[in-house]
Amino acid sequence: MEKEIKKWGPVFYIPTFLAFIIGFIVPFFEGLYLSLCKFTTVKNAKFIGFSNFIYALKDETFVNAFIFTLKYAIVAIVLINVIAFVLALLLTRKLKFTNFFRTIFFMPNLIGGVVLGYIWQILINCFLTIISKPLLALNATAGYWGLVVLMCWQQIGYMMIIYIAGLQNISEEVLEAAKIDGANSWQTLWKVKIPMVMSSFTICMFLTLTNSFKLFDQNLALTAGQPFHQTEMLAYNIYDTFYFRSGPQWKGYGQAKAVIFCILVVIISFAQLKASKDKEMQ
Amino acid sequence: MEKKNKIVDTILVICLLLLAAAYVYPILMIVINSFKAESAISTGTIFQLPTKETFVGIANFIKALTLNGFFKSFMYSLVITITSVGAILVFCSMCAWYIVRVKSKFSKFLYYLFVFSMVVPFQMVMFTLSQTADQLGLNTPFNIFIIYLGFGAGLAVFMFTGFMASVPLEIEEASMIDGCNPIQTFFLVVFPILKPTMISVGILEAMWVWNDFLLPNLVLDIKKYRTIPMLIQYFKGSYGKVEMGPMMASIVLTVIPIIIVYIIGQKYIIKGVASGAVKG
Repeated sequence: MEKEIKKWGPVFYIPTFLAFIIGFIVPFFEGLYLSLCKFTTVKNAKFIGFSNFIYALKDETFVNAFIFTLKYAIVAIVLINVIAFVLALLLTRKLKFTNFFRTIFFMPNLIGGVVLGYIWQILINCFLTIISKPLLALNATAGYWGLVVLMCWQQIGYMMIIYIAGLQNISEEVLEAAKIDGANSWQTLWKVKIPMVMSSFTICMFLTLTNSFKLFDQNLALTAGQPFHQTEMLAYNIYDTFYFRSGPQWKGYGQAKAVIFCILVVIISFAQLKASKDKEMQ
Repeated sequence: MEKKNKIVDTILVICLLLLAAAYVYPILMIVINSFKAESAISTGTIFQLPTKETFVGIANFIKALTLNGFFKSFMYSLVITITSVGAILVFCSMCAWYIVRVKSKFSKFLYYLFVFSMVVPFQMVMFTLSQTADQLGLNTPFNIFIIYLGFGAGLAVFMFTGFMASVPLEIEEASMIDGCNPIQTFFLVVFPILKPTMISVGILEAMWVWNDFLLPNLVLDIKKYRTIPMLIQYFKGSYGKVEMGPMMASIVLTVIPIIIVYIIGQKYIIKGVASGAVKG
C-alpha cells in the first residue's frame, strides 16, 4: 500500500508544499539574506554584511522592548496560569452554573486582538480620567498593567479549558483511593491532582510563553508603544522599525531585529518543550 | 460536614458570579455606549448609562453600516476565512496523510519543516512575504487563501499527523484491495474518520484568520480591501476627530456575530480547543 500512495504522492503534498514555499520558505530565506543588506524593496538589496545587527543591538528602543516584553511575560505567565488553574479546580467541583461560567470565561478568546485592545483602551482611559491620572498615551505604567489585565482577561479562559480537560482525565478511582487512604483535599490537590495534570501544565506554559513573546495586535491597539516607545514589545518594535521610520537604512535594521527575535523565539520554544518533556519522563 | 460544604459552595458560586459579571462588563460597556449620542461619549463618561436625552436608538448603527463600508469588510473577512480554512483542511490533511503513511526521508524532512515553521514568528517573514504576495498578485481577498495555506500549514499538518498516527491501517488497506486508488481511499475512507480533528483544526484556524490583522494589512491593497480588524484599526487611527458613537456600534457589530457563532457551536469550540491542545 505504501508504494501505491508513494506513486500518487505528489497529488497529496504538492498543493500544501507549493503554498508553503510561497508563504514560508521563500520569505524566510529571503528574510535571512535581507538582514545582511541595505534595501527598501526586495529588488534593490545591497549586501553590507553584519552591520545591521550591530545597529539593531545598539538601538535603545529595541533593548527597551526586550526588557518590556520580558517583564510582561513573567507577570502574565504566572497570573494567567495560576488563575486559570484555580478556576479549573472550581469548575470541576460540580458547582451550580458550571457550564455558564465556562462559557463566559472562554468568550474573550474569540474576539480579535485589535478589537479587544481598543475596547480596553476606552475602558482604561475612562478609569484613568475618573481617578485624574494621565491617559494611556502619556502613562507607561498604566500601559503595562493595562496590557497585563487585558491579556489575563483574554487568555485565562483558554488555559482554563485545557486545565479542565486535564483534571477530567484523572480517573475517579484514583481520587477515591486517595480519599480512602485518608488524604485531605489539600493533600489530594498537591500529591494527586497537580502531578496528574503536568501535561496540561506543559502545554499551557508553552502557549502562554510563546504568546507573550509574539504578542502584537493587543500591543498595537492598546498603546501602540506610547509614550515614546516605552510600552513597545519586540514584535511591535520590529513593525515600527519597518514601517514608521524614514530613511533607507531602517528596513535593514528591522529585518536584522526580526532575525534576532526569531532566533530568540525558536530557542525559547524548543528549550521549553525539551525541559517539560524531560520533566514528564521522570 | 455536609452543611459546611454547602455553605462553601454557595460562597464560591457567588464569587464566580461576580467574576463573570466583571468578565462581561467590557463588552456590555461598548453595547451601552453604542446607544448614546455622540456628545454624551467622552473619556470620562464611558461608565454612565444613557439617559432619556442621550439615548439615540440605533442611529449609531445606521451610521456605522452606511459610512465606512462595514458590510463590504464583513464580506471580505468572511470570504477570506471560508476559503482559507477550507483550503487548509483539505490540502493539509492530504499532506499529513502522505507524511504518516509514506516513511521516507522526504516525508520526514517535510514534517520537520512544518514543525519549524510553527515556531517562527510572523515578523520574521512579514516584509518579504508581503513583497512575494505582491509579485505573484496574491493580494486580493479571493486568492489570499494561498498565503494563509502556506503560513498556516505548520499547525494544521502537525495536528493532523498527530491524530492520523493512531488511525488503524487495516481499513485503508481493505479499501485499496477493493480497488480504490489512494485518492478515493483518502476521500471516501480517511476523510470521514478525520471529522473530529477537522473540527478542532477548523476552529483554531478560523479564529486565527478571522481575527488576523497584520497579514491582510500588509498583503492586501489597503485602499481597496479592508477586513474587519483593519476597519476597526483604521477607524481609530484615522486623522481628524473619531466619531465615537459609530465606532462603538462597529465594535458591537463585529463582536455580535462571533458571540452568536460561539453560543451555537460552543460544544465543538471548547472541545476543539481542549483536544487541539492535548495533541499539540
